[in-house]
Amino acid sequence: MTQTTLPPVEKTQPVSAPHGTISDRSKAERKLGWLLAGPAFFVMLAVTAYPILQAVYESLFSYRLTDPDNRSFNGLSNYWVILSDSLWWTSLGVTLLITVVTVLVELVLGFALAMVMAKALKSIRPVIRAAILIPYAVITVVSAFAWQFAFDINTGFVNRWFDWIPGISADTDWFGGQGTSLLVICLAEIWKTTPFISLLLLAGLAQVPEVLQEAAKVDGATWWQRLWRVTLPNMKAAIMVALLFRTLDAFRVFDTIFVMTNGANNTESVSFLAYRQTIARLEIGLGSAVSVLLFLCVVLLAAMFIKGFKVDLAQARGE
Amino acid sequence: MSRKEKIWWWVAGIAILVYCLFPIAWIVSVSFKAPSDLSNKQFLPDGATWENYRTIFTGSGGDLFLPALRNSFGICLIATAISCLLSMFAAYAIARLDFPGKKLILSTALVVAIFPVISIVTPLFNVWRQIGLYDTWPGLIIPYLSLTLPISIWTMSAFFREIPWEMEQAAQVDGATTWQAFRKVIVPLAAPGVFTTAIIAFFIAWNDFVYGISLTSTSAARPVPAALGLFSGASQFEDPTGAIAAAAVIVTIPVVVLVLVFQRRIVAGLTNGAVKG
Repeated sequence: MTQTTLPPVEKTQPVSAPHGTISDRSKAERKLGWLLAGPAFFVMLAVTAYPILQAVYESLFSYRLTDPDNRSFNGLSNYWVILSDSLWWTSLGVTLLITVVTVLVELVLGFALAMVMAKALKSIRPVIRAAILIPYAVITVVSAFAWQFAFDINTGFVNRWFDWIPGISADTDWFGGQGTSLLVICLAEIWKTTPFISLLLLAGLAQVPEVLQEAAKVDGATWWQRLWRVTLPNMKAAIMVALLFRTLDAFRVFDTIFVMTNGANNTESVSFLAYRQTIARLEIGLGSAVSVLLFLCVVLLAAMFIKGFKVDLAQARGE
Repeated sequence: MSRKEKIWWWVAGIAILVYCLFPIAWIVSVSFKAPSDLSNKQFLPDGATWENYRTIFTGSGGDLFLPALRNSFGICLIATAISCLLSMFAAYAIARLDFPGKKLILSTALVVAIFPVISIVTPLFNVWRQIGLYDTWPGLIIPYLSLTLPISIWTMSAFFREIPWEMEQAAQVDGATTWQAFRKVIVPLAAPGVFTTAIIAFFIAWNDFVYGISLTSTSAARPVPAALGLFSGASQFEDPTGAIAAAAVIVTIPVVVLVLVFQRRIVAGLTNGAVKG
């Protein structure tokens, strides 16, 4: 199977043409290349680069939509206001907690799912594959409502089904405190996104050479040893790609929190904070500053993965 | 495989099925509960009723739900169509032609894919209000392109690389131009990849919530997830749980149908592209 190569994000090819003569045909090919790919490229830039630049600009102003006349330049003071406010640090902590917990659980669970799918009997494989796509395809808001209703003190069945577990009784209010709310939020997120990770890991499992497995078996390695010494090292690249995408995706968590707690009991994520400042409070200046900070966090995370963990995206694609 | 092992795989398979379908079964069950059943603390309703579906289609919830359903279908289909069209040309160029900037385009797509949506919403909210795109279809279709384009470009380029290009060369040898070779030979070969990409792009647009609640204010453009998230019952004395569950079931039906019919292709598309929007 041919796969796509992916260059490291920060490295881009020089666009200038090399010196020397180019044949007419290759000139025409270049022109056609940009003619075909240009519109998509331009639209992508227009819908992301332009807004983020606009946000950087607006974050430098004291600007409330309800009070447009008093718009004034105030430099970096919006950033100072945010960074010295405990709200920002609470939401950052919540976001990081959700990210770390969900990604770690998803990785383990997703790997287990991938192993079952790889080995499952032919007769049930299509059924499992269809089922596993359902959480992926279901709208996040719908999944959030399903989990909320299940745990809700009035409509839920969880309290009744699990009242034999110490600490759970008929009147356990899951959405009454920070810890339990975050637990349910994480459960819903994990349910929804594990299938995606497991599909990526399944593709990675397929790249582990069968010969190595057989050789290890002949040498008397146990199942556990083969898992740690053969399977995992050989699919490291696939694991890293799955980790990278899921981490950045988890860091943007918003929908589930909005539906389940609406940010109550210190369950606000960074995305939620930005949303509340802009859309609910119409503080364009402050909201833009939070947006820019969120963007910087994501860039930092991505850089950490690509530099720190040496995620080689090209390798993961089987090149 | 021994009998014991076989049984073990069956158990594991059934555990996965339960894991995947349980929350869906639960929301379906809630949607059939009468108001008196909602707090029965049971998984199943005591007596199934269509009442909640009546509420969202013809009753008090209809004014909210039906326009939202129309908006969702319209906006998502248009956004999917535009991004598929644009990325079809781009992916052809990336997979087939030799031109500088190819890597730049793929890298940009990757950066856009990991971009935090909220960071785009804040400025768009302000600009859309000024230029009159707030609470309109184009006002959502444009930002949806930022969600659907990157994954479309990646997935489609991956598919296009697997096409037997000798056939295109053969057509060119026979005197066809690059453009004719593209249209007459490659399009039919590429159709399955384009189709799969369209399904994945549609899922992503259909799932959007952030743009939906931030860039709309009325039923003129508000899509279903946003309407669901903001739905609080016809009156404050009415518990919206049943109606929300019914609406949730309705919007889940299209994606479940797509999954059941095209599961093999969707898996190939997701793992080929290896990018989630």
